[in-house]
Amino acid sequence: MAITKFFNEMTADDGSVRAHYAAYAAWLSETPAERIARKRAEADSLFHRFGITFAVYGEESGTERLIPFDIIPRIIPAKEWSDLEAGLRQRVKALNAFIHDIYHDQEILKAGHIPADQVLNNAQYRPEMQGVNVPCDIYAHIAGVDVVRAGAGEFYVLEDNLRVPSGVSYMLEDRRMMMRLFPELFARHRIAPVEHYPDMLLHTLRSVAPVGVTDPTVVVMTPGAYNSAYFEHAFLAQQMGVELVEGQDLFVRDDQVFMRTTQGPRRVDVIYRRVDDDFLDPEAFRKDSMIGVPGLLRAYRAGRVTLSNAIGTGVADDKSIYPYVPEMIRFYLGEEPILNNVPTYMCRKPEDLAYTLAHLPELVVKEVHGAGGYGMLVGPASTKEEIETFRKYLVANPEKYIAQPTLALSNCPTFVESGVAPRHLDLRPFVLSGTEVQMVPGGLTRVALRDGSLVVNSSQGGGTKDTWVLEA
Amino acid sequence: MLSRTADHLFWMARYMERAENTARILDVTYRLSLLPQSEAEVELMWGGMLKIMELEDAFHVRHEAITPEAVLDFMIFDRENPGSIFRCLRATRENAHAVRGTLTSELWETSNETWLKMRDFTLAKMMESGPGAFFEWVKYRSHLSRGVTIGTMLQDESLRFIRLGTFLERADNTARILEVKYLNLLPGAEEDVHTADYYQWSALLHSVSAFEVYRRVYRDQITPLRVAELLVLRADMPRSLARSMKEVYSNLTRLSNVRSAETERLAGELESHLHFGRIESIFEGGFRKYLEDFRDRIFDLGCRISDDFLIPTTA
Repeated sequence: MAITKFFNEMTADDGSVRAHYAAYAAWLSETPAERIARKRAEADSLFHRFGITFAVYGEESGTERLIPFDIIPRIIPAKEWSDLEAGLRQRVKALNAFIHDIYHDQEILKAGHIPADQVLNNAQYRPEMQGVNVPCDIYAHIAGVDVVRAGAGEFYVLEDNLRVPSGVSYMLEDRRMMMRLFPELFARHRIAPVEHYPDMLLHTLRSVAPVGVTDPTVVVMTPGAYNSAYFEHAFLAQQMGVELVEGQDLFVRDDQVFMRTTQGPRRVDVIYRRVDDDFLDPEAFRKDSMIGVPGLLRAYRAGRVTLSNAIGTGVADDKSIYPYVPEMIRFYLGEEPILNNVPTYMCRKPEDLAYTLAHLPELVVKEVHGAGGYGMLVGPASTKEEIETFRKYLVANPEKYIAQPTLALSNCPTFVESGVAPRHLDLRPFVLSGTEVQMVPGGLTRVALRDGSLVVNSSQGGGTKDTWVLEA
Repeated sequence: MLSRTADHLFWMARYMERAENTARILDVTYRLSLLPQSEAEVELMWGGMLKIMELEDAFHVRHEAITPEAVLDFMIFDRENPGSIFRCLRATRENAHAVRGTLTSELWETSNETWLKMRDFTLAKMMESGPGAFFEWVKYRSHLSRGVTIGTMLQDESLRFIRLGTFLERADNTARILEVKYLNLLPGAEEDVHTADYYQWSALLHSVSAFEVYRRVYRDQITPLRVAELLVLRADMPRSLARSMKEVYSNLTRLSNVRSAETERLAGELESHLHFGRIESIFEGGFRKYLEDFRDRIFDLGCRISDDFLIPTTA
């Protein structure tokens, strides 16, 4: 499959500027190049000064890097956003219903819509959660759904991130940076604000406090200052005005979680944890976890503390479960899916494996449990050797992989060394679910800075852009 | 507040204050080393400074001979020396980083920026523009950090732990600065000031920003006894032991918890000695011994604060 044409966010096929980009394009053409260059340099030095960095794994410990920030925003017109938003809300509602069902009656398995072994033998399925009730029956309080635009401009969901999705701090910092650098642009456009996200998050977290707790104490739990997303953990705790805790700050007594404070132990009711399930409680999961809290699962199962997101949400965002999401929407909500799923070949099925092996140069192959752009093959961008290496992996462990057609991801003009050039991007909006489902208009736009690259992850050299949803 | 958070705040402030005072001690030693004197005397002075900083042995592991450049390099840039300004500023920043959510963004950025800039300095660059300019820079970054702290932080527990750290460290450091000068002073010599000594005493006063203050307070010539009185007992002198202990005590009583009664009592006792003490009686018992004893008590207070608030041993 040769990819020749990409949807350009700013210009239409005939070369004219799309209506929602008209004001920005005019501003860009009338603004002197030196001013832009100066502002770009200023943005870099500000990000450094603010310490808005992420730690890079595999490099010298404590290495911090900036995520490149591009000053050309990704603009989404009001109508497109309202469709997208409706689709995302629908999807996350169905996913939460699915997780609840899996850990209770498993109706969807009984009805035969999803093969039971696919779910129950999945490494992300947590038998410890079977029959456990959680407040409001909500499991994924924070979802960061990756959406791309392909083909003639239609949206596809690439991944539902329901465990500990990150990136929302960059959405907020990118906006703050754009307002600081180019206030005049905000006078020229009606850009929907996103700054109230932390308020909304706090509201969501408080709404799912254990039953009977009227004024819950919320904390953010981080693996520590060397975690790649530490900046975000600290940022969200600060913005919400709650404590940022590490495992060592918490302890469990009589199934109740406490934090160690200067005035003695203090009860904790809701933990927005940015620690993976495996590391949460050395008594229940990985014994070698130094960042967890012994007894946390016990307190959780007793309903004395809320974990956000719940334990075991991975069973719904796993790449092998992804193909069934449209079915979930029909089953639980009785609605047709608003957003497209990408056709997916599940290599554990012999016929899908055969197809995948025969079409490797045109497919994207991903590890079922992979994340962060590691361990994947982008067929059209790979050498023969890389493809052959992957073929061996596939034949050896077909169940570990899925394959999808290489989407012609939309692109957007972006500043690169040689000037302004189109680069591919995706979008991660955040969906908050508590007593109600809420979203801020926007998300994190990630952009692949290498020419032709379709991998936008920051760990793979991707950058970010401010995302503007225009008000009608 | 989380105990761990309080611990980071306390040490963030201590390391910043330590960086500043190390710059001050190096500054006075450097100034004194420029006065006309033999090489042996200069070596004695730098060596005495290392001894008071308790870094003599560590220095000799890294360098053979005591030269001004070697000591400056060791005390400012050495990554292996936990007392170097480089390490203090890095520790300040690391502690701030660990609790950046508790700090105002301005305070975090100040500490981050100081660290980023520190990484750009080298010994050669510093010597070219003169060490004085570098010491000024360190002092001003510390002033800025303190100003931003007071000017932006909510007046709650976090501010008090920061202030507690600042003044506990300052009490220790001012005592050390005095020891550097009194090291070679013979008992009974406190009342005599030779002309050559005038420069030494004025350099000491300059190093704690107290030269003009001395003139205003005493309107008279400089004598060791009065210098000591100013830096030990005058509670209106911001870097004196008396002022530092007043701040330690008042912050401590406001942080009070169920475990801290004995720590508060000890701090109050030390504070009242300074409040009601007379310099003559301090000198009778030997000034150096007094300073050493004072530093031991500060060390003890630091351990107690840690046990009571920062790293409580019981859950």
